[in-house]
Amino acid sequence: MVSRTISRQTPVIGLARSPLMLLLGLVVCAALLALALIASIAFGAADIAPIDVWSALVSYDSTSSEHLIIWTLRLPRAVAAAMVGAALAVAGALMQGLTRNPLADPGILGIETGAALGVIAAVFFLKISSLTLYALFAFAGAALTACAVYLLGALGRAGPTPLKITIAGAALTALLSSLSTGMLIFNQRTLEELRFWLAGSVAGRDLGLLLQAGPYMGFGLLLALALGRQITTLSLGDDIAKGLGQRTGWVKALSAIATVLLAGTAVAVAGPIGFIGLVIPHTVRFLVGQDYRWILPYALLVGALFLVLSDIAARLVVRPAELPVGIMTALIGGPCFVYLVRWRVKR
Amino acid sequence: MTSRSPWLTLRVRRLPFSVRIDRRVPPVLALALLAMLTAMVINIGVGEYPIAPIDVVRTVLGLPTGNEDYSFIVNILRLPRMLVSALVGLALGVAGAIMQGLTRNPLADPGILGISAGAGLVAVTLIVVVRDVPAAVLPLASFGGAAALAALIYMLAWRGGDSPIRLILVGIGLGAVCSALTSLMITFGDVYDVQRALIWLTGSVYGRSWEQFWPLLPWVAVFVPLALLLARDLNAFNLGEEIARGLGIPVTMRRGLLLLTAVALAGASVATAGAIGFVGLIAPHLARRLVGPDHSGLLPTAGVLGALLVVAADLLGRTLFAPIELPAGLITAAVGAPFFITLLWQQRKG
Repeated sequence: MVSRTISRQTPVIGLARSPLMLLLGLVVCAALLALALIASIAFGAADIAPIDVWSALVSYDSTSSEHLIIWTLRLPRAVAAAMVGAALAVAGALMQGLTRNPLADPGILGIETGAALGVIAAVFFLKISSLTLYALFAFAGAALTACAVYLLGALGRAGPTPLKITIAGAALTALLSSLSTGMLIFNQRTLEELRFWLAGSVAGRDLGLLLQAGPYMGFGLLLALALGRQITTLSLGDDIAKGLGQRTGWVKALSAIATVLLAGTAVAVAGPIGFIGLVIPHTVRFLVGQDYRWILPYALLVGALFLVLSDIAARLVVRPAELPVGIMTALIGGPCFVYLVRWRVKR
Repeated sequence: MTSRSPWLTLRVRRLPFSVRIDRRVPPVLALALLAMLTAMVINIGVGEYPIAPIDVVRTVLGLPTGNEDYSFIVNILRLPRMLVSALVGLALGVAGAIMQGLTRNPLADPGILGISAGAGLVAVTLIVVVRDVPAAVLPLASFGGAAALAALIYMLAWRGGDSPIRLILVGIGLGAVCSALTSLMITFGDVYDVQRALIWLTGSVYGRSWEQFWPLLPWVAVFVPLALLLARDLNAFNLGEEIARGLGIPVTMRRGLLLLTAVALAGASVATAGAIGFVGLIAPHLARRLVGPDHSGLLPTAGVLGALLVVAADLLGRTLFAPIELPAGLITAAVGAPFFITLLWQQRKG
């Protein structure tokens, strides 16, 4: 009863949005993303001219140190940022559509907390320290937690209602994060080891890790984009969706799977980067309206673009040191988002 | 039996005053209060210097116990900490119920008004950047941080009128900025300071004495009754803004007053005990499952359950790994979540 009315309150704006305009917008976003990727590869401790970036990508020359930097450091980092941003934004859009709650993000399924607990427990008990192993434990923690939340939310005859999933997620998340904090408070080594990881970063990710995460993420993205029509229907409410002949149980389960794949791999690659999953879907909704067939691809591109830009900024503001990108996203995005809300949300 | 009304109506014969509460409220309240008092007595009894529960009760009531040390240990050292825990939990539970009722969002807690984010940013800045801060400054400064951020959120969400959805969204945006700044300090600060800051962020009632109790009391004594008076408006808001307006409620004014109440309660408790999480979120949900959605009964139940949560969490935190103390804020979720999950499980037929 408490959450039912939220969808009606989601903002509506009056721009004329023809499919052609929307398609054009997607092309523009894709072009901007390409430019941002090139800029991300070109900027850094050693600036590299965009033309060299191009030549390194098309004809790799193993004797050039610039080409080496590009292929081992810059390119993986830029690609990681784009992948993680896209995955988080799409997962967030799915969760907001599924739960019809503007406060929902992938964290609702306990994904970020589960991942963090997985990594913290691994460092605390097994004393591991390698980004690849972190990724493994993060994904395991995220997937386990998401399953637990989903099962808990699906208790009872009514099945997984948005309200039950939401509060089951909130309760379990709180439980797990108190366990995490406990370990951090009582073991300084773990805190020291992990505090940078816990802020979220895409630095130092190698291509191997990305290639491992890529297929899961790609599958998650395809699944999510394929569900666009169903999510739009579902976001009108369970009863309406059922009345229109939708098998809501299946749609919810599939979107949950997509969310786990997307957000789970994103956390595994970059650590818990907040904000994107929550805010990018809202921003996109201001631009394209309520139709998830458009929201999802836009979220993909805008999320990727935003994280790539934030990563560039995180490297530039305190040169030669850098900030964790998870902090930068909120610092840049927060004020912009507040501005958007004031501008767009009329009621 | 089936024809019995689910409501209890209390009227005062001479005054134009009546309350209607759910029939389940009195037994639930009584049980929760009893559980809380038991937890308090046990909690006062355990420690370096154990005291039998009967002696604890006698000492608190001022009866002779035959051991003059008891009075000092109980009344000066241990009792104020219990009372602070209970007040903090009460304030958080009521504030959370108000926020969820106003926004009609099950994920809402005082946190969406930036209370913990604002207080957290100020406190962590003081601990990590300024470092040697006198203990007396921290509560004042964090209350200031919470109030300032809440005011800023309300102002930025105001655009020719208020709107719950704008409030939530602006709260998300500004809250994210504050937490980002906080984690910036956690990432780059000295690791010892960071650990202290983490304990503050978790919330703890360690070492709280009468000095913290007396400043907290007026906030609770003024704003909890105010919240109870406004419970009927919350019921109307729960039906939707149009209906509330149709019922003749001055929507903007009452909503502002309710928000102010929530901010005052949550802000005062955060200033006293740090950002104890989860209580403001889960106590209202627990209460709703136990006594139903009517706010006249929901608000006091959420408050008492919140107090019970914090007191029980403090008891567990002190005894689980004694002599090491875990901060209460760490345990609230560990106590509350399994309880909540059991409730979900029992009501799975619904």
